[in-house]
Amino acid sequence: MKFVDKTSAELQELIHNKEATIADITKETFERIHALEPHVDAFLALNEDEATRQASEMDEVPFGERGPLFGLPIGVKDNIVTEGLETTCSSRILEGFNPIYNATVVEKLRAAGMIIVGKLNMDEFAMGSSNENSYYKNTKNPWNLETVPGGSSGGSAAAVAAGEVPFSLGSDTGGSIRQPAAFCGVVGMKPTYGRISRFGLVAYASSLDQIGPITRTVEDNARLLEAICGHDERDSTSANIEVPNFAAALTGDVEGLRIGVPKEYFAEGVGESSIKAVKEALKVLEGKGAIVEEISLPHSKYALSAYYILASSEASSNLSRFDGIRYGYRTEKAGNLLDFYMNTRSEGFGDEVKRRIMLGTYALSSGYYDAYYKKAQKVRTLIKKDFDDAFAQYDVIIGPTTPTPAFKIGEKVDEPLTMYANDILTIPVNLAGVPAISVPCGFDNGLPLGLQIIGSYFDEETVYRVAHAYEQATDFHKKTPQIQEGAAQ
Amino acid sequence: MAKITKEEVIEVAHLARLAITDEEAEHFAEQLEAITNAMELLNELDTEGVEPTTHVLPVVNVLREDKASPGLPIEQVMKNVREQEAGHVKVPTILD
Repeated sequence: MKFVDKTSAELQELIHNKEATIADITKETFERIHALEPHVDAFLALNEDEATRQASEMDEVPFGERGPLFGLPIGVKDNIVTEGLETTCSSRILEGFNPIYNATVVEKLRAAGMIIVGKLNMDEFAMGSSNENSYYKNTKNPWNLETVPGGSSGGSAAAVAAGEVPFSLGSDTGGSIRQPAAFCGVVGMKPTYGRISRFGLVAYASSLDQIGPITRTVEDNARLLEAICGHDERDSTSANIEVPNFAAALTGDVEGLRIGVPKEYFAEGVGESSIKAVKEALKVLEGKGAIVEEISLPHSKYALSAYYILASSEASSNLSRFDGIRYGYRTEKAGNLLDFYMNTRSEGFGDEVKRRIMLGTYALSSGYYDAYYKKAQKVRTLIKKDFDDAFAQYDVIIGPTTPTPAFKIGEKVDEPLTMYANDILTIPVNLAGVPAISVPCGFDNGLPLGLQIIGSYFDEETVYRVAHAYEQATDFHKKTPQIQEGAAQ
Repeated sequence: MAKITKEEVIEVAHLARLAITDEEAEHFAEQLEAITNAMELLNELDTEGVEPTTHVLPVVNVLREDKASPGLPIEQVMKNVREQEAGHVKVPTILD
């Protein structure tokens, strides 16, 4: 295996020096995927024939016309629509659904010359923190196949961690990029809300959902973000703002940078290993000249409750479109039209999706609207203000990404509140809409831990600069899992 | 603390167009009650006079030019329809 663990710059150099072709890299990618999938189960659909055909065509393109990601393989989370490539959101209700158009981010990947190798497993409709809510399969954490990869972008994080692909796209509504990135020891960025078009991202909670890149290194992450962001008139919430050269921000210089460390992110429920790893990371940044101070984000503990009310309410509305009429699963038990809808939906959706649809329907129903939905929206204002106040004085906010490392498969299934608590440190970021990244910062019993770096609105550049400076001073990103049971190495 | 009964769950499930059995309703009632009780944590916050946030960015009424543009071809739009006849989507009888 010649190309696994290489960065995009290293792969481009091999191609330019004629030591490898795009066809070679594509071929090896699929060989590795076929060897590892029986253990990792990250992919739902593979695009092998089309990708192989594209690769040999791309080898003919003159070097002068290629960008930094040209010809490189990428996996895409299964809630991002890909024309002609089955897109299920890991739900039975979309079994066999073949999109008739591409998401804006997919068009942008193609414009950058990236090769989509397949679609990645997730929690059904992005609702979950372990990938156990997929209708199709349980993705495993490459660092320990008995533990979860996190979620909901668990397939996206596991595929990158296992070295099946160097790049993937995930989506993050309450931590769904950062939490699996932390669990799998890779780099995952949730950009500012509005940075990336959501056109073609199957909606879960529209005011929170954001697509983002998952990679091995911060530099590759910055390059992929640059390729996929920008204004799109097909998404009226996409921000009309210039796209920076994010990779140019990776100067390694954090001298004088002000880091706020919220005491609430080290409170009860956050494990010792996470706290210790973050404190050591802060020392590294301090050693490079950053100023570290304790701050308070006083409304943090209310974020989880506000999130589940708001996200479930939006989901109950967004998921009403799945009715079995124009696409997707259709019940065999049709009586009249009402029975048809009810049976299609109850057979098509899994339990967690049903719970959130019902919770949202309840929170929005007359008599409860003010007590739940409106109250949660007001709390969202207070949480956003916490961040606004902090960013008036600090450049970034740093804490752990998750309270603990990855847990065992089956450990928290059917205990919704225990499962939800995984996201206490990532959810406030989505409610405020600011950008945040998770980078590897240590291990607990062989399982990776994540450092969360949060920035102000549209300041992904500073987030990347800090993440990169930290990464370059440590070697956690160079560690790779040894996948057991005769896997290819 | 709010109590969520099996009957309420059945009512909510009906509003959400989900068929559920009595047994499922009982299980969901327990879980939804635990979840909503946890969410009542928000009641300890005084939010008098706080404006609700529906959206984090200061964008309002994004408009485009009112110009017609072609949609997707009909054969493509019908590609995922499981039951169809003569270019129409088939559904079950609406009235009994």
